[in-house]
This record gives sequence, structure tokens and C-alpha cells, in this order.
Amino acid sequence: MAQTHPPANPDDYIYIRAVSKFYNTVQVLFDIDLSVKKGETVCLIGPSGSGKSTLLRCVNFLETISAGQIWVKDHLVGYRLDNGELYELREKEACHQRRDIGMVFQNFNLFPHMTATENITLSPIINKGVPKAEAIETAYSLLNRVGLKGKEDFYPSQLSGGQQQRVAIARALAMKPDVMLFDEPTSALDPELVGEVLTVIKDLAQSDDMTMMVVTHEMGFAREVADRVCFMDQGCIVEVGPPEQVLGNPKQDRTKAFLEAVL
Amino acid sequence: MANITAADFSHVRRDINVESMRVIPVKRWGRVATSVIVALLMLQMTYSLATNPFIDWGIVNDFIFSPAILGGLWATMEISIISVVLSLVISIIIAVMRMSESKILKAVAFGYVFFFRGIPLIVLLILVGNIGLFVRTIIIGIPFTDIVFYSVPSNEVFTPFVASIIGLSLVASAYMSEIVRGGLLSIDRGQTQAAKALGMSSGQSLRYILLPQAMRVIVPPLGNEFITTIKMSALVSVIAGGDLLTVAQSISGVNYRTIELLIVATIWYLVVVAISSVIQRYVEDAIAER
Repeated sequence: MAQTHPPANPDDYIYIRAVSKFYNTVQVLFDIDLSVKKGETVCLIGPSGSGKSTLLRCVNFLETISAGQIWVKDHLVGYRLDNGELYELREKEACHQRRDIGMVFQNFNLFPHMTATENITLSPIINKGVPKAEAIETAYSLLNRVGLKGKEDFYPSQLSGGQQQRVAIARALAMKPDVMLFDEPTSALDPELVGEVLTVIKDLAQSDDMTMMVVTHEMGFAREVADRVCFMDQGCIVEVGPPEQVLGNPKQDRTKAFLEAVL
Repeated sequence: MANITAADFSHVRRDINVESMRVIPVKRWGRVATSVIVALLMLQMTYSLATNPFIDWGIVNDFIFSPAILGGLWATMEISIISVVLSLVISIIIAVMRMSESKILKAVAFGYVFFFRGIPLIVLLILVGNIGLFVRTIIIGIPFTDIVFYSVPSNEVFTPFVASIIGLSLVASAYMSEIVRGGLLSIDRGQTQAAKALGMSSGQSLRYILLPQAMRVIVPPLGNEFITTIKMSALVSVIAGGDLLTVAQSISGVNYRTIELLIVATIWYLVVVAISSVIQRYVEDAIAER
């Protein structure tokens, strides 16, 4: 790693620089450069296997990178920089770092043995020392906000897919993250439930100015919500730009071919 | 469907009054005959047991609530319960070691399961019961140094009671660790990732996320393992573990009423297993509720 420095612009909440990743000998990410500014929403689109989910998972260190660096706000993800050397973080430190990065998964991954409220309050209580009563109050207001008032004591199995995903979003928000990562948040949903989840994400982008990276196949959503769209193919970033340009008037042939196939 | 007319139902007979009809069941003579034969056999067996001139039921009655037998029953319960609790703890440790990324921990856990599932319990019990023959003192200290925190002659520690618990726990934990591992493996990988993404450590995710969910899968086979352990505890009589069977045999050694005392032991084992089965079902229902 030749140069290691924090992002030049402190407004870059996510700063991905020269990132490559290998699974054994197979390279899945090639020299990725991407930054997401405070309050910005960047949608990652591209065919499956293009590396967009992998890149997202590298941002909160669920996957390790093989080269390059990722900064979230003012800390280097997964490593500590000391005297020009990079030290891999201890588990405890990595956990600490992840608490500021919210993640929403394709399959919701709610904890099935806990109610909606318990799902939301668990980590704030055990990891942030939030008093139980306060955590519950926050959970109620977050559930209210994602339109799930009255479902506080429901178990995930008693909720529809769209409702589960909204609980998952509330759960991530309860940690008061600096950035939110969405990994295909609507891909596992029945078509009629996609809208309610996208509405919540849109609201986060627009009223909260949350900094977000969203891997999605919903082109309409990307066009409407994204500040920038990033098209990836075969582990490379092919094209980045405002949605009207990337989706409306793509420069690259690969982008054109992809958009023709999905639209 | 095209239009249906009355002509389509012309084949239906309308001259029968359905309400007045009786249904006459088939006579299942074969079933009746086998039931009678089996009932007769059971009666015959009960009768011959009850009237057997070589079994003195009065003796069974004398001993079933005798303090010595109840003491043995209590020891059996103690040995079983302590062994199950101990082996549950050990089995979780072994299961987690087996899933660890350290090759040494993995190999040791594998070896543990291989060894203690591989040797017959009775062999292990005799070995542990006679541990004083090849391990004279138990030393707690730092390996390969002279630093000793505590040392004690093994015969003082390894009473038959303790040896019984250790032998049973080693074997039961080997079986149970596979059950626990299966339970942990049955949980979707997404659960661990969600826990990580929320900033939980692997210990926290084990405690709050994985184990509680694994319990639902683990408890039914664990209940069976508990009942098996109660029954296997009878084997500790080979090292005079002081359990129900040891007591029953030592009484019959004096009064030569071998069969009567075995009947006493049998009755108590069945009672304990019956009660455990009821508790097992109760716990399973409670866990399955959610």
C-alpha cells in the first residue's frame, strides 16, 4: 500500500481508494475508486456477479480487502494506521467501527426469536450502554417512523416481508449510524411490497440527509433517489454519474447493453 | 362450463331416502382375533410373574421405599443431573472449538469427540475409577515448569461418586457436542452477519443470537441424551458409584434376593424416566411456542 491518508475532503463520508479483492486466485474487485459525500445517496447497479454487493460488504469489513483502503468518516475500515504501518484491527475494535455503519440485508436477517422491539433495542443496550427504557422509546419512535406502529411486539414470522425489511431498517437506524448500506433491500420481496420499503429509504435520503450506498435492481428508484449512480461490471466501475446521465444517456457500451436488458 | 341442465343429473336416483339409511361397518375379524391373543399373552405373563414361587413380592414391597434404596435413587439423580449440566457446558465449548478457525483447537475438539464416543462407557468408568493406579497426584500448575498452585492425591479427589460423574460427563459431552454443533450449524449465516453488522462480538452473537436459536433444535435430542444418561448411570455400579443399582446389588448380596431387588431398581428407573419424559415434553412445548 503505497500511500495511506485520510480523504482529502472531510465531507467524503465513504472514501474507497484503489480497492482490489481476491477470493483465492480469483480477482473480484479491480482497483475501485469511489467516494460518497455526506448526505449523498449512491446507487450501485450492475449485473449479478459484478462485485457490487462484495464492495458494499467491504465497507463495513464483513469482507476483507486485498489491496487499497476504505475510509468511513475519519477512520480506516478494518485497520489502524500507525507510523506508516497498517495493523489489522482486533475484533473488539472492528465491532466498535461497525456500530457507526448501518447495514440492511437482502434477506432482512431479523432475529426470529425476538420481537420487533427486541431486535431494535438489543445492540444499543448491550453495546452502547443505552438504558433499556430509553432504547425501547427510541425503538417505538423508529417503528412509528417506518410505518409499523402497533407491531412493536410482533415476532418477525408474524410480519410480511416488507414489514420485516422496515424493522431491519429501524434496527440499523437505532445504532445512529453515520452511513447506511443497503444490499439489494427489495430483491427478496413480493412485487407489491417493494414500494413500502423504497418509500422508507427515499424518506431517509430526502428528509434525513442520510449518507447511503444502495445496491439495487430498481432502476426507477435509482433514477428518483440517487444523487449519483455507479454502474459496475465484472469487478470494475464502468461509469459513475448523475442518474439522468448514467441511466438516461450512458456513455459506455457495457452500460447501454445492461440498461437495454433490464429496462 | 357449458350450461348444465336437469338432464345431466338423470343418472342420480331420487327414490332413496338418504337420511333413513344406516351405515354398517366392516367386521374386522383379524384385528379382533389378534387383540384377543395378545391380551391373553399379556395376562398370562402378568399372572405368572405375580404368582411366580421364586419371586417374593413382599420383599419388593419391603425394599421399594427403604432408606437405602431411596439413598441410591437420590445418588442416581445427583450423578445424572450433575453429569448432564457439566456435559452441556463442556459440549458447548467443544462445539465452539470445533467451529473455530484455529487448526489446533479444531483438531483437539475432533480428537475429544472421536475418543470419548469411541470407547465403551464401561471401559472409561473403570479407567477413571482406577485413576489412582497410574496418576498418583493431581497437580494444578503451569505445564513444564515447577510452578504448582495446588496438588492433591488423586484417590482423595476421585471418589467413586466423582469418578462416575467424570466418566459419564466425558462420554455424554462428546455426543452432546455434536448435537450442539448441529444446532449451531442449522442457523442461517445471515444471522451472524446481521449480528456483526450491528457491532456485536462473536461472543455476543453466540450468546444473544446463535445459542437461543440453536436451543430449539438442540433441546429435543438433548432430552433424549438426558434420559440416556440416567440409564447409563447404572453402569457406574461397576465402580461402586453408590447409585441405585449399586445399592440394590449390595442389598441382594446380603439377602440373596437378586431378582426382587432388580425389580425394585427397574421400577424406580421407569418412574424416573417417565417423569423426565413428561418434563422433556413440557420444555419442548414451551420452547416451540414462539
